[in-house]
Amino acid sequence: MGVLKISRELITRMISHALDEYPLEACGLLGGDAEVAKEVYPARNDAASARVYTLNPLDHLRADRASEAAGHGIIGVYHSHTHSEAYPSQTDVAQAPDPGWHYVLVSLKRRYPVVRSYRIEAGTIVEEDVVEL
Amino acid sequence: MTVEIRIPTVLRPAVGGQSVVKADGETIGELLASLAGEYPAVAGQVIGSDGAMHRFVNIYLNDDDVRYLSKLDTKVADGDVVSILPAVAGGSDCLLHRQ
Repeated sequence: MGVLKISRELITRMISHALDEYPLEACGLLGGDAEVAKEVYPARNDAASARVYTLNPLDHLRADRASEAAGHGIIGVYHSHTHSEAYPSQTDVAQAPDPGWHYVLVSLKRRYPVVRSYRIEAGTIVEEDVVEL
Repeated sequence: MTVEIRIPTVLRPAVGGQSVVKADGETIGELLASLAGEYPAVAGQVIGSDGAMHRFVNIYLNDDDVRYLSKLDTKVADGDVVSILPAVAGGSDCLLHRQ
């Protein structure tokens, strides 16, 4: 099983972003090295929807540059599911751009936010451990 | 002229693991043709069979999305940086599994 190592602070920032955008889906990118997240880059959801997201390409470019400048790279993407579980949808799988990325879901369905991470490769979803640094 | 092209992680295996490559051309289309000539595995992932930009790819010339310039006919100049980025999208519209 894979793993995503990430600090509580970064997890909190993803959850805060998801709550800020509620009821719309929030999205952003993870910067870091392989299995270790070092930064989160909130992005605009161009779809402005409670059911889908399209990560703003210019925000992607800026995150890519910022992570490279910090000596890292983009290692994954996060987005929120406002009314459903923290599990990838058919759309998430169909549009997963990079098999090397971590796909983090923040669900706001329950009383407390749920954060889970997955690998998506060739249509196969594999959950990975989220380990706090 | 020779322009720097930034390669996303998903395409790096197709260019020998490099994050940045140089390519020659006067337009975005010529640069990408040059890139595909040197690294054939890139070709179908950036340009579709219809000769247009793949819809799951965003291409930036410096800070500008070339879709809002002249697309593949966009002129490039010395010192420009071209960035290829995968389109990132998804959503909760249809869950595969409920827990």
